[in-house]
Amino acid sequence: MINLTINGKKVSVEEGLTILQAAEQMGIRIPTLCYHEAVVAYGACRVCLVEVVRKGWPKMVTACNYPVQENIEVNTNNEKVIKIRKLVVELLLARCPEVKEIKDLAEELGIKEIRFKKKNDKCILCGLCVRVCEEKMGITAIGSINRGTIRDVATPYNDNSDVCIGCGACASICPTGAIKIEDVGDIRTIDKWNTKVKLRKCETCGKYYAPVPQLDSLKGKTSVTEESFKMCMDCRRKKLENTMINAKKSKY
Amino acid sequence: MNTDKVDGIIKKYGKEQSAIMSILQDIQSEYNYLPREALEQVSKKMSIPLSKIYGIATFYKVFSLTPRGRHLIKVCLGTACHVRGAPQILEEIERKIGIRAGETTGDLKFTLERVNCLGACALGPLVMINNDYYGQMTSAKVDKILKAYD
Amino acid sequence: MIKKLKNRTDLENLKESILKKKDKKKHCIIVSSGTCGQTSGSEKVIEKFKDEIKKQDMGKQVELKVTGCHGFCEVEPVALIQPEGIFYQKLKAEDVPEIISETIVKGKVIEKLLYSDTETGKKIPYEKDIPFYKKQSRIIFGNNVLIDPTSIDDYIGIGGYEALGKVLFKMKPEEVIEEVKKSGLRGRGGGGFPTGKKWGFCRQAEGDVRYVICNADEGDPGAYMDRSLLEGNPHSVLEGMIIGAYAIGSSEGYVYIRAEYPLALKNLEKAISQAEGYGLLGKNILGSDFNFRVKITRGGGAFVCGESTALMASIEGRVGEPRAKYVHTIESGLRDKPTNLNNVETWANVPMIISRGAGWYAKIGTQKSKGTKIFSLVGKIKNTGLVEVPMGMTLREIIYDIGGGIPGGKKFKAVQTGGPSGGCIPEELIDLPVDFERLAEAGSMMGSGGMIIMDEDNCMVDVAKYFVDFLREESCGKCVPCREGLENMYNILAGITEGRGKEEDIGLLKELSEVLSEGALCALGTTAANPVMSTLRYFPEEYESHIRDKKCPAGVCKELVLYSIIEEKCNGCGLCRKKCPAKAISGEPKKVHVINQAECIKCRQCFEVCRFGAVKIE
Repeated sequence: MINLTINGKKVSVEEGLTILQAAEQMGIRIPTLCYHEAVVAYGACRVCLVEVVRKGWPKMVTACNYPVQENIEVNTNNEKVIKIRKLVVELLLARCPEVKEIKDLAEELGIKEIRFKKKNDKCILCGLCVRVCEEKMGITAIGSINRGTIRDVATPYNDNSDVCIGCGACASICPTGAIKIEDVGDIRTIDKWNTKVKLRKCETCGKYYAPVPQLDSLKGKTSVTEESFKMCMDCRRKKLENTMINAKKSKY
Repeated sequence: MNTDKVDGIIKKYGKEQSAIMSILQDIQSEYNYLPREALEQVSKKMSIPLSKIYGIATFYKVFSLTPRGRHLIKVCLGTACHVRGAPQILEEIERKIGIRAGETTGDLKFTLERVNCLGACALGPLVMINNDYYGQMTSAKVDKILKAYD
Repeated sequence: MIKKLKNRTDLENLKESILKKKDKKKHCIIVSSGTCGQTSGSEKVIEKFKDEIKKQDMGKQVELKVTGCHGFCEVEPVALIQPEGIFYQKLKAEDVPEIISETIVKGKVIEKLLYSDTETGKKIPYEKDIPFYKKQSRIIFGNNVLIDPTSIDDYIGIGGYEALGKVLFKMKPEEVIEEVKKSGLRGRGGGGFPTGKKWGFCRQAEGDVRYVICNADEGDPGAYMDRSLLEGNPHSVLEGMIIGAYAIGSSEGYVYIRAEYPLALKNLEKAISQAEGYGLLGKNILGSDFNFRVKITRGGGAFVCGESTALMASIEGRVGEPRAKYVHTIESGLRDKPTNLNNVETWANVPMIISRGAGWYAKIGTQKSKGTKIFSLVGKIKNTGLVEVPMGMTLREIIYDIGGGIPGGKKFKAVQTGGPSGGCIPEELIDLPVDFERLAEAGSMMGSGGMIIMDEDNCMVDVAKYFVDFLREESCGKCVPCREGLENMYNILAGITEGRGKEEDIGLLKELSEVLSEGALCALGTTAANPVMSTLRYFPEEYESHIRDKKCPAGVCKELVLYSIIEEKCNGCGLCRKKCPAKAISGEPKKVHVINQAECIKCRQCFEVCRFGAVKIE
């Protein structure tokens, strides 16, 4: 166990935890944007900056990836931390003035105006979509491109991706709603990636229910039978229920 | 595009991910830019996702994804050249050939690049065209120098 | 066939045989041909020397040696005639026959090829008397003059690899680390971390494999000492790395070299293969049980790769994006193994410390900054070049005594040190002794050693904007303070230089500086505000003139200046009218010309071409 102080309170937490996790255990909220427990911490948005005093030396660190250490003193909301955090969020708000999540965070921190040149982006470049696609899905259809102020996330050449499986993990993890998924007919469109994937039709009810490449990628990886890949979730459940009812019936 | 050439380059450096910079650099010297098919081939042969290779190709300044001109003009904008008036030289070249830094003329004659220090600060402001250096540049000299290239 | 050296005696014998072969009676013509020499035409001069030596049948009397940079870039190409020490400058191929027939054959000094003192105009025949060289202590860089960088024998001839022999057979790794600690050597790449201490940490770090890396991705614009060392003396860097690897316990090293340095790359590649040939790299070095090999990675033109974690990502074949250093690279660096990274100049100091002793080394410099430092003296300075001086020499001595002061009778304004992470030091601090601490106190830093001199014609707001522009392009763009902060900083500075500045801009710049220095992920970001902060600190009045009076006192910021023709000085030659790309100048021949302000694009060409000083910028 590691002994440390967070906001003046002494605590003892498991070794290997981050400051963010330790604070969470104590019920202290540290805001985050680029952090998600499903993927490796990245430390890019800097919203979770806190002050750590170690051997008398104070410095600002990101709570999401700083491991707890013996005898450190952590301040998650002192004057300096709030000042820096506010400016970081104001910069993000100037980039994405219409994004609800950023607006909410700005309001929480008491930011009243944007003093910087406004843009109208939706993406904050937190990299969660890229990380989930690589780390969790094992696909790596998208990546960071360019650098500096023109950095972006995209598919290679901004073209329709031929490796994207259309799973939509990128859209569901995106904290700002910058990635939209639309299913029309037998086509799923992910606008941000200029990518379209085919959807499979349920052989029973005729509904388009899941992207073909995603289903193909699951083949052999799950215990679901080949047969079931031709059916939507609803029909599969119904079929299962029927089988069970039939089984019960036959018992009696 | 010659796929054997790209294969040869991959063979020279091996298929470890750490070889990717050298491989892309050699492909670029071969073709003067990074052709899409070459990157796709590298991705397949080295089992590195294309999005990673594309990320590298757009991150590092030495790589170009579009064909470059017959003559590569590099205007040094290192600090020493800057304080000696390099921005005016760049503007004059931009005016004369009608493109901005980072672009290539439509006839593929010139590609114009700004570089951060060529390390010949004594000669600043410095312009390099292909392998020729032009030191102590002034905007008045630009026209005459460019005319020597066709 | 090159024979591998099996022990220290083999190395000693080789050195002896190399020295024996040397004909001491021969004249030696040393021509420097680093990148700056080549840029100035040294290759033509060298070709001519070769031809002429043959033609005049002087092969037995004279030896031609082509070396790397000697540092005095301003007067390249140069030839040093030994043993006399005669220094010829700004050579052209047509000067060569005379040098052979007059100086070599008859022993006469050719007046017109000599350097003239910038103060007195007096001709100076010998290198040792030239003020540029006189005040320097060229313990590292001086060897560039003595050796052909493509010849390992030249390096061995001056005692090269003796330090390596000493550590392998006479010193334990811990003793080597202790020696480097005692010398007081600190990293020459920027931070100034004590080198011996770093090595010690790396040796103690847990792990079976350890790496050493040489950072040769010299990215600071205006700094090129590392390039010159690699071009002119690559073996000294390699020897330093091998010694370091032995001390740390590493068997694999990397040199990460900037793509824009083709000659350095070529000479380094050659040096590695030569060292391998002699068994100074590879398995069982000099017959010991120590193995070490070195690989080269070419950089891709990304300034951020000078940052250690980004550099290591790049060697691994990834985008050069820094990561948080909460676990240091010494413990978990390249491929998550303990890794020790030093820059070119730091490595080049190591053999000297081992062979001459930490005590000797520690006597040079100041209390906390030991040894010498190579600076590139560039910008508005008479003697542009690379200078090596003991730590603690004052800016005044460097700029005026060695650099010869400011050309064109202009007034010195500031010196920028530390590259984009550094700051601008004003005239009132000209007597500042240059070392790690003093520069940091002045709001700048040592960095890799660039010194860019600025005069009254340079606008400090423009300089701040220049660095922010540089950094916003070179930032990897990963973290918000750096990506968004620098872009907004640039917008504000661009506004100020274009006449749209507001009073509150200064406050915003200060706030952005704070979010960068406190909140950015890596050192590129945390130091990025230094050029802005230091110019705000020392030149607030320049910001004020731009913001309040909408004037650029130095006449640099285009939107804030007007070009006009002084009637009394214009004789109507018409040159400006002909040269004006915007056709904004009108006037009859031999009559006073006028600039049409609505058409003028402020390209400065009229100002440059006018031979009568009739164009005014205000």
